[in-house]
Amino acid sequence: MPLNIESDVHRFKQIVRGRVRKELRKHMSSSEIIGKEGGRAVRVPLPQIGIPRFRYGENEQGGIGQGEGEEGQAVPGQPGDPGQGQAGDQPGEHEIEGEVSLEELAEIIGEELELPRIEPRGQKEIKSDKDKYTGISRLGPESLRHNRRTFREALKRQVASGSWSPQDPRIIPIREDKRYRTWKTKFEPQSSAVILYMMDVSGSMGREQKEIVRLEAFWIDLWLSHNYKNVKTRFIIHDAAAREVDRETFFTTRESGGTLISSAYKLCWEIIEADYPPEEWNIYPFHFSDGDNWSKADTTQCLELLRGRMLPAVNQFSYAQVDSDYGSGQFFEDLKANLADDERLVLSRVPDRDHIMDSIKELLGKGR
Amino acid sequence: MANEGWFFRSRRGLPLELQEAQAWIESIARGYGLDFCETIFEMCDWEEINMLAAYGGFPTRYPHWRWGMEYIQMDKGYEYGLQKIYEMVINTRPAYAYLLDNNTLMDQKLVMAHVYGHVDFFTQNAWFAPTNRRMLDQMANHATRVRRQIDAEGQDTVERFIDMCLSLENLVDPFHDHIKRHRSESEREREEARLAPGYAKMPAKQYMDKYINPPEYLAEQQQRHVEQLERSQRFPAEPERDVLGFLLKHGRMRPWQSDVLSVIRDEALYFAPQGQTKIMNEGWASYWHTTMMTRDILSDSEVIDYADHHSGTVAMRPGQLNPYKLGIELYRHIEDRWNKGQFGKDWLDCEDVAVKRDWNTNAGLGRAKIFEVRKSHNDVTFVDQFLTEDFVRQQGLFSYEYDKAAGHFVIDSREFADVKQKLLQMLATRGNPRIAVTDANHGNKGELELTHDHEGVDLQVQWAEQALGNVARIWGREAHLLTQVDGKRVILHHDGDRFLVETPKAGS
Repeated sequence: MPLNIESDVHRFKQIVRGRVRKELRKHMSSSEIIGKEGGRAVRVPLPQIGIPRFRYGENEQGGIGQGEGEEGQAVPGQPGDPGQGQAGDQPGEHEIEGEVSLEELAEIIGEELELPRIEPRGQKEIKSDKDKYTGISRLGPESLRHNRRTFREALKRQVASGSWSPQDPRIIPIREDKRYRTWKTKFEPQSSAVILYMMDVSGSMGREQKEIVRLEAFWIDLWLSHNYKNVKTRFIIHDAAAREVDRETFFTTRESGGTLISSAYKLCWEIIEADYPPEEWNIYPFHFSDGDNWSKADTTQCLELLRGRMLPAVNQFSYAQVDSDYGSGQFFEDLKANLADDERLVLSRVPDRDHIMDSIKELLGKGR
Repeated sequence: MANEGWFFRSRRGLPLELQEAQAWIESIARGYGLDFCETIFEMCDWEEINMLAAYGGFPTRYPHWRWGMEYIQMDKGYEYGLQKIYEMVINTRPAYAYLLDNNTLMDQKLVMAHVYGHVDFFTQNAWFAPTNRRMLDQMANHATRVRRQIDAEGQDTVERFIDMCLSLENLVDPFHDHIKRHRSESEREREEARLAPGYAKMPAKQYMDKYINPPEYLAEQQQRHVEQLERSQRFPAEPERDVLGFLLKHGRMRPWQSDVLSVIRDEALYFAPQGQTKIMNEGWASYWHTTMMTRDILSDSEVIDYADHHSGTVAMRPGQLNPYKLGIELYRHIEDRWNKGQFGKDWLDCEDVAVKRDWNTNAGLGRAKIFEVRKSHNDVTFVDQFLTEDFVRQQGLFSYEYDKAAGHFVIDSREFADVKQKLLQMLATRGNPRIAVTDANHGNKGELELTHDHEGVDLQVQWAEQALGNVARIWGREAHLLTQVDGKRVILHHDGDRFLVETPKAGS
């Protein structure tokens, strides 16, 4: 980017960031932001960022047009396009959108939800913080002196003061000319993680519940991707039986059968055993359900599976209960009663969209 | 004075091919009688062009986020091929114009020809006469001043204040430098009251007069009236359209705030004539690039590209008005009329349609006339004087209104009078409502009263609320705005925190 606009661009990005942060709860519970996800960045609508002026209402003024048409007919070429044909130089009031990179968004939720940085298991000796030379300053140790910049400054000064001559092109830096490299400590994730999403797709999980799961999954992905170098995701849906599906199917399938949660946990464990040896992988199963398991016996099976095999192998097992009109929510209570003292198990309830932010904080707030 | 020539001094200069083209086109332009100041063309890559465009053509502006926002938007637009800034030239002496370095030679010549049209207009048009031609330095000085305030007060504080000032940017008097408005109305009235000793006299027969109208009583009444006039004397005496100037002079601001506000106002005033002459200026430049390109400059191989690009600039999307197109056509219309002698008393008095249609005295005054027009007119007077019924019909102009029931714009009229009135109204306001300070001591509490000169169009209340809040914050006390909404008089109040809409009872 050229010249001095750089700082204005930076400032604008800062404002966008600030705006996102301020309205984080709103963004976290709306589909808008993730609907506009494109590759490395999300687009955030910023209705408030324009400078307010005394203006006429958009449609009030009318105007002058040119072309065909009878009096009383619609003006051609106006599919809701604002600012039609005004001879003035005023641009239409288009909605302003800002762009926030996924990286930044992750940092924002990290700071805003006060999420601790995740300590990867068993690999504590690997240093994840990396120093990087990112800037130039006027002060610093001589060992970090930036010679090219220093001499350029000196040359500029000498040319400006007239003490430089092409016949005797000597450049002697003085103290004010000296420039030094500065560095920033950057967090660079090293290890790999796998996220296993499980979702109850029985009849009692409605559209709204699925949407909540989709939103939660977006933020979970975002945060874990920020913390690990390499994140894999797998998707399991279950009613009375479980199967692995792709992302698309995961969020759109709706079945009508009953619910056997243990089927999902079994499949999940099989996948872990087959592909993700716990000593190499950081494992994060997330289970979303409305908490209505078919039978007490199945719940007991689940508890055994969790206690005996899964909890020791994973970083954290998360169960998020999305309230629905039909679910009893009993499973949450059962987990709480039997496994509440195991800190590898995290439970969260999401009564509605507005609680997504709190739920994310519960699920990711342990830093495991 | 900071000299911001550094941006230009460090430039690489034009390649030989373009230097030759420039010298050639300049001589052609002068040959046609265009009279412009020295013009310097700078080659820029698209990032630089975008930066300059975001900065309104200047290499340095005071630090503010909105330049960054505009830069990002333009950058995206360019990247996706949605927009490409064709030409940009600033009103300074010498004038600076920018060429995009990967344009074709034909494009560069087209831009140069167009730019000479603009520079002639800047140099010759009366409305630009009072503008500061050293604005390049001025802008850089503004940047330095604002930076200094930022250093002293902190970026957030200063930026928030700039946001407030910008929100009122359109409340300047565009005729500020042209008209000396006189303000002695109430003074004159007071004078008159003093000079008419018998004004309180009751009718009476002559022999009763000294009983019914005793001289002491008359003197007393007169004195009271004068006092009353003085008491009720408003400040400002007349509505003050230069709201920013008024705030600057009378607002309760800290020195750094005054400094920032004066920067914003100076720049708004500098850009004002460009808003007032958009149609004329673009039309003039387009007229000249067409004339020069087609008659003198184009080689055979360039004709197709030229036609393509030119048609892009004067294209009409259905139903829309293009200021370039309207301007160039109106100049051509004037040229044609004055060439054929279609003006003056004889022409106006003639009522025979057939005679009028074929009217041609071979006067040949067209070129001279348009040169004269570009010297003294602005868009409003240009349209007022030269838009004719024939022109409106030939160009297929119509006025339109928003049909609330249908939810879209509907062609309202093709009548000459309607079209002209609507066009003039739009040009006169340019989307900026006329708002003036009418009382700086509202309610005798030093509050500021603004009045919106309602011309049939309502303000956007949500925006007005925020802008009025900024008036109150800069003024330092409550601000009030008299306007109309849906045909009813309303008063908007804002004290910097709270907003209130009051609908006064009729007659109050």
